[in-house]
Order: sequence, then structure tokens, then C-alpha cells
Amino acid sequence: MNWNRKDLIGLEYLSAAEIEHILAATDSFKQVTTRSIKKVPTLRGKTVANLFFEPSTRTSASFELAAKRLSCDVLTLNIATSSVKKGETLVDTARNIEAMEVDTLIVRHGAAGAPAMLSRAVKACVINAGDGWHEHPTQGLLDMYTLRSRLGDIKGLRVSIIGDIAHSRVARSNIWGLTKLGAQVTVCAPPVLLPVGIEKFGVKITTDLDEAIAGADAINVLRMQFERDCAQAFPSRTEYFRKYGVTQERLQKAKHDIVVMHPGPMNRGIEMSSEVADGPNSVILEQVTNGVAVRMAVIYLTATAKEASL
Amino acid sequence: MTDKKTVIMDSAAMGKTLSRLAHEIVERRGDEPGLAIVGIKTRGAYIAARLADKVSELAGKKIERGYLGITLYRDDLSQQSEQPLMHSTEVDFDVQGRTIILADDVLYTGRTVRCALDALIDLGRPARIELAVLVDRGHRELPIRADYAGKNIPTAKSELVRVRMKECDGADEVVVERK
Repeated sequence: MNWNRKDLIGLEYLSAAEIEHILAATDSFKQVTTRSIKKVPTLRGKTVANLFFEPSTRTSASFELAAKRLSCDVLTLNIATSSVKKGETLVDTARNIEAMEVDTLIVRHGAAGAPAMLSRAVKACVINAGDGWHEHPTQGLLDMYTLRSRLGDIKGLRVSIIGDIAHSRVARSNIWGLTKLGAQVTVCAPPVLLPVGIEKFGVKITTDLDEAIAGADAINVLRMQFERDCAQAFPSRTEYFRKYGVTQERLQKAKHDIVVMHPGPMNRGIEMSSEVADGPNSVILEQVTNGVAVRMAVIYLTATAKEASL
Repeated sequence: MTDKKTVIMDSAAMGKTLSRLAHEIVERRGDEPGLAIVGIKTRGAYIAARLADKVSELAGKKIERGYLGITLYRDDLSQQSEQPLMHSTEVDFDVQGRTIILADDVLYTGRTVRCALDALIDLGRPARIELAVLVDRGHRELPIRADYAGKNIPTAKSELVRVRMKECDGADEVVVERK
């Protein structure tokens, strides 16, 4: 298998073999991040720019560390104070950055499709770090990598995604990736937070949390996005927790070794109790650790594909 | 030249050569307490494993062995038409303060060895690193030489030296091919 894409826009567009290829490459980078010298000279001289048009702590830090551990130079742009505010278009911003010989653009944007549009407008590699409600492919990949390292082959695993499916790019990337690799995916949400057309994704749908947990090998609990208007769809946080909060009592009915994931940032006491978040089934911090290795693999593979095409 | 392939080392000769290399290593470094043999993947890893078996037997003690994946240390990413395979590093012991014998199948430009030295040194600070190769075919582009060389083969740059090993190729032999 030879990776030949200069961009990573979404898991929807990848084959199962391409996803497997990234996950396999991640193993080598995981090894690098766990030793005392956490750096390899692989992409020495390359420059990566973080273009985050939406707030992010974990993802931008993760991409920055991933790039630095590959020996790239990293430029992190504070878009809030940039010339975007002065009326420059997205494509112009990206082309100007690229004109300074930047090799890779990591893009987070509120509008779905923004990274795809940029990938056509620039020669640099474009990696989607989350676009609107569309996709967050590296999150999907790191969730799959974490699952695989915990439970082995993803094929046949039963994975339930719980929470605000409608407004979640993490959910979409997970659904695309997991179903391509042969997992059985269930989505669980209150009816108002299930998107129209979800049945076409080839997933089971339920509004009952206990049903989503029963028999599942893993659950991926999504964040309630109170900073976005959509969360107003639900009457109150307490009520959400009562019906959809993952608690130790609910896990009692689950497989004893069920894997509990959360993409962060977590609202403790809303999506899940602290007891679960910090409990033995939780792999939340492992996801964060794996995120750096997955992003190293993605930056590396896209950069080498671009070099090969020149 | 009608014959495009020349076998320059058959199975028996390869066995003898590796055995001689193991003797040389024991003679020079057999008393070192932290002696370890680390091979460069893919075929260098099998050379390392075989040398470590033989050295363990001759020195009467267990010799640590490890395998290096060096893809991430290569300096020719932009010159590759195909992405190189990623091999993971398997070195389960601390290299700090040890005498390490780095093993590979063919020594040519020296660039692979340069990568391997960087990869090894990122794992710690060995007391000493020496190089053992099955075949030295010349044409160095870097100031690197083998401390233990199985066979010196004068070659033209247009020729290809192919080492085949039982572990991955089904047979032991070294072949020179003319392109």
C-alpha cells in the first residue's frame, strides 16, 4: 500500500486500506513519543502552519507537538488578531502563508468544507483539524488507534457513540472510519440531537442509553457543545445527565472491560460522571497521548506524498 | 557478458562467513560486559540475530540483541518515488554505556549506517559502536568503514548486490546482478 494523498480532509474519502496504513504507521511514531528523546529528524527543514479559525487547546497543541517531534518548524497563527479580521478571504490568507514556503497547513474552521476548498487552492498539504459539523479525521483516527491498542482488530467490535450526534464532526469521522473497518456502530442521542438522514450511515440508532451500553465493547461519549446554540435544543443540563449521562451505575450493566472514550474537552457531570471519567474503563488520557502519534503519522504521510508527486 | 547474475556466496559460504565474523567479535569484544548486537531492518536484523546466537555460544553468555527501523532517519525522503516501508525499532534493553555491534547485510554508500547511528544514539549513549557487515561493496559517500567485514566485493555502481536470507527469502545467498 502506497499513500499518495497530499491532504487529509476526511475519513469518508479514504479506503479501509488507507486507514489501516495510517494506523500501522502510527505504531512507529508511538514508539518515538514514548522514549526519552521524543524526536526524529524525518521532516527537518519543513514548515507546518497551524491555522485555527476556532478555539482549540488540545488539538492545536497535539498538532504542534507532532510537527515538532518530526523536526518541523511550526508557526501557530492567532487568527482572532489576524488580517482575517481586516477582511482577507480564507484562500488569500492560506496563499499568503504558503508564499512563505510553508509545506503543510493544519486547518480548523467553523465552515464545513473549508479545508477541502483550501486543499484545491494551495500546493501545500492540508490537514483538516475539524471543519464545522463535517469531520475531524485525526480525532477519528486516534479513537480507532486507541480502540485497536486496547481491543485488537476493529472488525466486529461493537462501538456506541453517545451524545450530540447532530452537531458532532467527531461522530461523523468515527462513523466513517469505524464502519469502513468493519465495526458495528450504534449511535445514541435524544431525538433532537440525531441528525436527519443518520440511518443512511449504516449505523444502529437508539435513544436509550442503557441499550447503547449493553453489549458494547466500547462507548465514545461526545461533548455537549454548550458554547454553540444547538445545545439549547435540550431543556437542561441536569436533565441531560439524568437521561444520557454515563455513570458507574449504568456501567454496571455493561461488559466489565468496556472501553470508555471521550474526545474532550469534557463537561464533568453532564456527559459522564467524574467516577467514570477517572475510572478503570476510561482511556481518555490515552486517547490524548495517541493523538500526537497519529498526527505525526498524518503529517509524515501527507508530506512524503507531496514530495513524491513533485 | 551473457550471464547477468553471479552467485558470490552460497549458503555454506554465508554460514562460514558469519561464523568467522562472530569469532572476530568475540576475540575483540568478548570480555565486554554489556556487549550487544543491533541489526538494521530488514536483513541486517537477521544477520544480527544469527551473529548474536553464535557470539552467545562462543562467549558462553547471553548477548542482547535488537533491531532498528531507520525509515524516520533517512535523508532522502524527497528522492524516493515510493514511500519507504516503516519498520519499528525493537531494542528492549538500555544502550547506555554498552558496546554495540551494529550489523547490516551490505555496506555501500554508508548512508544507511549514518541513519542507523543517529537512530541508535537517540536511544541513549553507547560506550562504543562498531560495524559488522556481511558484504562490503565499496563506493562510500561518507567517512564510514566496517570493523568486521565478511567479504569485500569490488563492484561497479551499475551492479546490484542482493543478499537473500532464509528468514525472509527462503534461501541463503549473495548475488551480484548487472542491470
